[in-house]
Amino acid sequence: MSTLLTIEDLSVDLPVPAGVLRAVRGISIEVSRGEMLAIVGESGCGKSLTSLAIMGLLPKGATRLAAKLDFAGIDLAVIPDRKMADIRGERIGMIFQEPMTALNPCFTVGSQLEEVLVRHRGASRKQARDRAIELLEIVGITPAAQRLSQFPHQLSGGLRQRVMIAMALMCEPELLICDEPTTALDVTVQSEILSLINRLRRDLNMAVILITHDLGVVARAADRLAVMYAGQIVESGTVRDVFATPLHPYTQGLLACIPVPGRTAPGERLGSIPGVVPSIIGEARGCSFRNRCSLAFPACGEADIPSMPASHGGDFRCLLDERDLAHRVAAVGGSH
Amino acid sequence: MLLYILKRLFVAFLVAVTVSIVTFSLVRSAGDPAVAIAGPDAAQEDVERIRVQYGLDRPIIIQYGEWAGKAIRGDFGYSRFLNTEVSKVVLDRLPVTLTLGALSISFALLLAIPLGVLAACYPNTILDRIALTISVVGQALPSFWFALILMVFFGVHWSLFPVSGSSTMLHFVLPSIALGYYASPAIMRLTRAGMLEVLASDYIRTARAKGLLQGSILFKHALRNAVIPVVSVAAVQLGFMFGGSIVIETIFSLNGLGQLAWQSIHRADLDTMQAVILINAAMYIIATLAADILNAALDPRIRVN
Ligand SMILES: Nc1ncnc2c1ncn2[C@@H]1O[C@H](COP(=O)(O)OP(=O)(O)OP(=O)(O)O)[C@@H](O)[C@H]1O
Ligand SMILES: [Mg+2]
Repeated sequence: MSTLLTIEDLSVDLPVPAGVLRAVRGISIEVSRGEMLAIVGESGCGKSLTSLAIMGLLPKGATRLAAKLDFAGIDLAVIPDRKMADIRGERIGMIFQEPMTALNPCFTVGSQLEEVLVRHRGASRKQARDRAIELLEIVGITPAAQRLSQFPHQLSGGLRQRVMIAMALMCEPELLICDEPTTALDVTVQSEILSLINRLRRDLNMAVILITHDLGVVARAADRLAVMYAGQIVESGTVRDVFATPLHPYTQGLLACIPVPGRTAPGERLGSIPGVVPSIIGEARGCSFRNRCSLAFPACGEADIPSMPASHGGDFRCLLDERDLAHRVAAVGGSH
Repeated sequence: MLLYILKRLFVAFLVAVTVSIVTFSLVRSAGDPAVAIAGPDAAQEDVERIRVQYGLDRPIIIQYGEWAGKAIRGDFGYSRFLNTEVSKVVLDRLPVTLTLGALSISFALLLAIPLGVLAACYPNTILDRIALTISVVGQALPSFWFALILMVFFGVHWSLFPVSGSSTMLHFVLPSIALGYYASPAIMRLTRAGMLEVLASDYIRTARAKGLLQGSILFKHALRNAVIPVVSVAAVQLGFMFGGSIVIETIFSLNGLGQLAWQSIHRADLDTMQAVILINAAMYIIATLAADILNAALDPRIRVN
């Protein structure tokens, strides 16, 4: 599989009343064609800003800094906004968390779908319409032709999110960024939307960055996983490896919060991580998880924690030895 | 959509009837019509004779019924001061006022909407300040003063436009600017606020994520949503303008409804006064009705359910 997106040392700073919020701090990710990378982490850890930074859609006033921001050989870090607009919607698609407000209330579903193809391919009305019908059918909206003339307020949340997916796929993008695509939807609709995204990824050999809170979803759909905490990636690796041997204490805590078939006994209390994610304003040293970490020791607060390679090929950001961390899971797992 | 328009038409009709009843009773109670007809120096018997002759001694409901019955057929009575039928006078004056109103609101919209969009695109910058200044000045200047300034510079000093009368369209340029400028600040600020809100919305982020170009984002996706509240306010202003502007019409010697209203009040020309007020109300109702229909056309959430 060839690499499609390479991000090295991406940071996003936001001016806030209290100073400069360091919302994303030096994250590096790589996504190959056809691969699904999941980014998980608590609310406010910088997942959305990371995806907006890739799209070049950061809020006004935000600054983006990256050692490398390469998409299919194009340096997104230096590309002018007009050129970036050619890539958005054409080669990188994005769907957002809130389907209820993500569509323009004044225009029909059809016109909002069609304009993507008209914009990027110079398609005729007729071609664009045919493509829109085709995509609505692909995402499971029937009868598609009738839906084209409907307005967003006439559709349910699940249907709107399908329309958003269809819209992002109009030009068959090489990369699809999904920012919590199912958070606002019913549980049953959630799994439908996720299987849809997963199926489309296989059919179109499309890379997907899936941002989610839901580790169950990650386990089912993603190839690789990056765990974010307070603007940093604290652990990454294949889903299988990270789920089997989570190394970072935060990842371990997260996994203890979800029921795992075979590991969690029925009726057993799930874990929770006390405390909240800190917002890093101005300079900060040391591990940002140390205040919530049961293993923290004085050195954790003294210097920045480098990202360490793990033996299974992933990375983790902790001062403790990999074997000790891995052993701890085994011990915790074994105590049940 | 049709049902919606019919419903709004019915409401508009009810409002018009109510307004006519209220103005009828107000005009009758403001002064004694018989005295007004007979003149201030008339003898008491003459006044009483006129009262009976004109049917003014009957109950007001009957008088209203008679007036309304005629008004529906386009007969608004007779003006003894102008020596013609009121309907003739009104029809004579209406085109001037309608032209002035239409041109003024066009000027206001053409000035205020681009300024509002510009200000919203560059909030808190020098461009925003300039737009704000233009609108504050428009609000603060008394309209007669601004009209006089226009007249002095563009009419007298540079002789670019005629300053008096209504014989050609050129005669309407300065009065429309004067009247329109006065209406523009509210539109401009509403456009700015609407655009600021819309530009921060999720669906504009979606439009950007689709790779749409700035022009399409601003003028198709954003403005379409931001002008919806503007339409209602512009309609109210247009309604006022169609009622005639006494100040502007007087300064530029335009023979419109504003002047007619002023003259008829001055001379206690009751039938004319009554008709002008009713036309005023009707124009207002028509303008807001048009705004409702336009809003329904712009906003599918009103139109389709
Ligand atoms: N426009 C903004 N202005 C100021 N602060 C912002 C802005 N957008 C995000 N932030 C802050 O930046 C941090 C990261 O935000 P981000 O939206 O990336 O979080 P997230 O991981 O996507 O969270 P969630 O799961 O709730 O969507 C948060 O602390 C948030 O409050
Ligand atoms: Mg988010």
